Amino acid sequence: MKTLSKIYNGLIFLFLYAPIVVLIIFSFNDSRSRSVWHGFSLRWYEELFCDKEILNALIVTLTVAVIATVAATVIGTAAAVGMHGMNGRLRRAMMAVNNIPMVNPEIVTGIAMLLLFAFIYRSTGWFQLGYGTLLLSHITFCIPYVVLQVMPKLRQMNQHMYEAALDLGCRPVSAFFKVMLPEIMPGVVTGALMAFTMSLDDFVISLFTSGSSAQNLSVTIYSMVKRRITPEINALSTLMFGAVLILLILVNVSQIRGQSKAQKA
Amino acid sequence: MKKTIGFVLAAGLILAMAGCTKETSGGSWDWASEPKAESTGVTLNVYNWGEYIDDSDVNVNDAFTHLTGIKVNYKNFTDNESMYALLSSGAADYDVIFPSDYMVGKMIRENMLAKINFDNVPNFQYIDESLKNPAYDPTNEYSVPYTWGTVGIFYNSEYVDEADLEDGWDLLWNEKYKDKIFMFDNPRDAFGIALKKLGYSMNTENPDEWQAAYEELVKQKPLVQAYVMDQVYDKMINEEGWIAPYYSGDGIIMMDEDEGNTAIKYFVPEEGTNLFVDAMCIPATAKHKTEAEAYINFMCRTEVAKANAEYIGYSTPQTEARKLLDPSIGENPNFYPPQSLLEKTEVFITLPDEINELQDSLWIQLKK
Amino acid sequence: MMKNRSAAAPFAVWMLLFTIVPLGVVVWFAFTDAAGHFTLDNIAAIQGHLGTLAYSIALGALATVICLFLAYPLAYSISRKTERVQQTMVMIIMLPMWMNFLLRTYAWMTLLENNGLINRFLGLFGIGPLGMINTNGAVVLGMVYNFLPFMVLPLYSVMTKIDSRIIEAAQDLGSNGWQIFRRVVLPLSMPGIVSGITMVFVPAVSTFVITKLLGGSKTQMIGDTIETMFIGQAANYNVGAALSLVLMVLILLCMAFMGMVDKDEEGGLVV
Repeated sequence: MKTLSKIYNGLIFLFLYAPIVVLIIFSFNDSRSRSVWHGFSLRWYEELFCDKEILNALIVTLTVAVIATVAATVIGTAAAVGMHGMNGRLRRAMMAVNNIPMVNPEIVTGIAMLLLFAFIYRSTGWFQLGYGTLLLSHITFCIPYVVLQVMPKLRQMNQHMYEAALDLGCRPVSAFFKVMLPEIMPGVVTGALMAFTMSLDDFVISLFTSGSSAQNLSVTIYSMVKRRITPEINALSTLMFGAVLILLILVNVSQIRGQSKAQKA
Repeated sequence: MKKTIGFVLAAGLILAMAGCTKETSGGSWDWASEPKAESTGVTLNVYNWGEYIDDSDVNVNDAFTHLTGIKVNYKNFTDNESMYALLSSGAADYDVIFPSDYMVGKMIRENMLAKINFDNVPNFQYIDESLKNPAYDPTNEYSVPYTWGTVGIFYNSEYVDEADLEDGWDLLWNEKYKDKIFMFDNPRDAFGIALKKLGYSMNTENPDEWQAAYEELVKQKPLVQAYVMDQVYDKMINEEGWIAPYYSGDGIIMMDEDEGNTAIKYFVPEEGTNLFVDAMCIPATAKHKTEAEAYINFMCRTEVAKANAEYIGYSTPQTEARKLLDPSIGENPNFYPPQSLLEKTEVFITLPDEINELQDSLWIQLKK
Repeated sequence: MMKNRSAAAPFAVWMLLFTIVPLGVVVWFAFTDAAGHFTLDNIAAIQGHLGTLAYSIALGALATVICLFLAYPLAYSISRKTERVQQTMVMIIMLPMWMNFLLRTYAWMTLLENNGLINRFLGLFGIGPLGMINTNGAVVLGMVYNFLPFMVLPLYSVMTKIDSRIIEAAQDLGSNGWQIFRRVVLPLSMPGIVSGITMVFVPAVSTFVITKLLGGSKTQMIGDTIETMFIGQAANYNVGAALSLVLMVLILLCMAFMGMVDKDEEGGLVV
């Protein structure tokens, strides 16, 4: 059973990583081709470091993703907690609203937001397309993922623990942090992870909500489609991949060390 | 723990910033040795297609800032239609945009473009006369051509019998090459070919002719391996298929000796074809019109036009720049076709709304 | 009942501003013509797209079911690991999605094409070439690939709460593997299944670009159709908005149907 499960997991990881391996290999290709190998080269890495537009877009992408994730996680978690305390009908209505950004094809959400921002801009002078509108739209489509991750954890939680904490004189806020949050933490973490992922990779909505002051990486990449995407993007992806991998290893190593220290003590 | 993470991130950033070892100037034009202009404090918002300006041999935007003191905030769009959606919303603030022919016409019609003061664009004199006063901007008040080219058929000469080329556009309907044919994945180009094949104008406003073109595309569909856009490069080079209509300038990539496939050849059918132009325009909402005109003028400067032509690969409308190009490009009839062929070309103009709607709905129907 | 309802207030305000109001814009377009007059023509025009709608829902449902079956055992085995291994594995599952979508999909093209890497590999053993690219199969594969992590994560986060001692107890009481799954693991993981299906099925139906790149663009999904309407030659927002409204109602109905299956509670669900 154990080996079977290992083989199974291995196959899934192979499926998930097959295209990533291809993408990484072709970042070292001495040609723009995405399918024919022309020999090893680091030229795309060199060009990447000189490409101001791509590096700027990278900074926009990362900062938007981090801020949107934090905001969406806070709003979404609070929303799930609030909805959990609601009666059936109200909660169902809120959940329906929550799902709208996911149900709507991205292009519809994108254009609708563009029209909204444009309307506000024309009437007040606020909300000119740029970093702010990009961030607002990202927070909006990230929230539902957090809610959908936290909700099941709340349903699973033992209700009486929280109530007991209140009965014992704990204030709601500290009861939330001391009792409820640890229980739903896996949901909050996976929700945040999903929000970050969605923000990092969003193209359609970003296309219609970004302006001259800020453009994210996926819009920059899609705009290259007319003339073929430069393998600099493969190089960038490879570097990001490597950085996350190194971080993962570091975190693991330090945790193992921490554990063995704790055991010794 | 946090220290290590911070360290890795900081190391990464420093590496990225210090990683650029390339000379900022040099290449074919040493602009950095020319006197540096004082900063004007103006930042120009430029909205162009991705990978559509030289940023390696001559960094055109850096050169512009160096010589004029005007900063450039350069952003990219993906297609004419989404660019139009953003600009027509009124919430975008670009000063120079690069729409294609028919989109120029549409934006003129909707009063979205500003008239260019050509006194500020003296380099307009170098633009090829045949590209001036185009059908989409008949009085040439709103646009300056940036790149151009023709649509033709790329074929793999190892597998395609050159006798079949006699058929012109019919080659794309040849049963012999079933599943080896690619077709444009955008309605205007695909319908344009079908209309030309039938002998109609690509700009026809007769719904019956559009319907007839649709029937042709339906007939063609079973023979088509895939409807493609940029995927065409790798698919043709890697011989996934043998025949594909595409833009002439992209041949430089496909037929390249090192990175392409030398068996690939290009021809333009006798029935005539589309001549496309990507132009430079100034939106009516632009805040820095004079600077925008300086930018357009700069793009028409010979050194710049040459550098861009070499980087992009599409044909340049700048006659002096063309003379400086390698003869294998500058004298190549694929990229600079003879007058006899040019006479048979049509530029896309803006179609009436009802024809555009018909076109969209026929296209959706084709893809069912 | 807990009295934390006010915690949902920021959410309510946010969604009102940036979801309900834009939705109002969509509704307005759906029921007006180009001149801004009320009309039902746009809704009526949907008739011509019913086939595409059905095709999209079918492909989306298929991809969702495949995701569920692939993700379930994986999520379960992750949830039985130590916390540290769990975190690492979750990251490893999510990491591919941090690479740009377009690059990932292009890489699949490189793998699946007739002269692609898989066929070249099979060719070494004299097999093939298999016609994988430009098929419905390739489209479903692309969808499964892009949405699988969104099925694994909710399943895993719910399964971590399933106490191994319950399973051991069931074993001690003589239950076989199937019974344990059917009576213990499945009911306890239901909220995760519901969340997972929502997060995969809902975006999968309206997906686009995948059909263009992996399916050869010969058959459009409804997402592609709506895209053509919004940023096609005519830029007709009206019909596009109507179509997306209908799509929304259909998906909500599908999810409501699911809600009936999930008798326990409708937490992760709409309607």
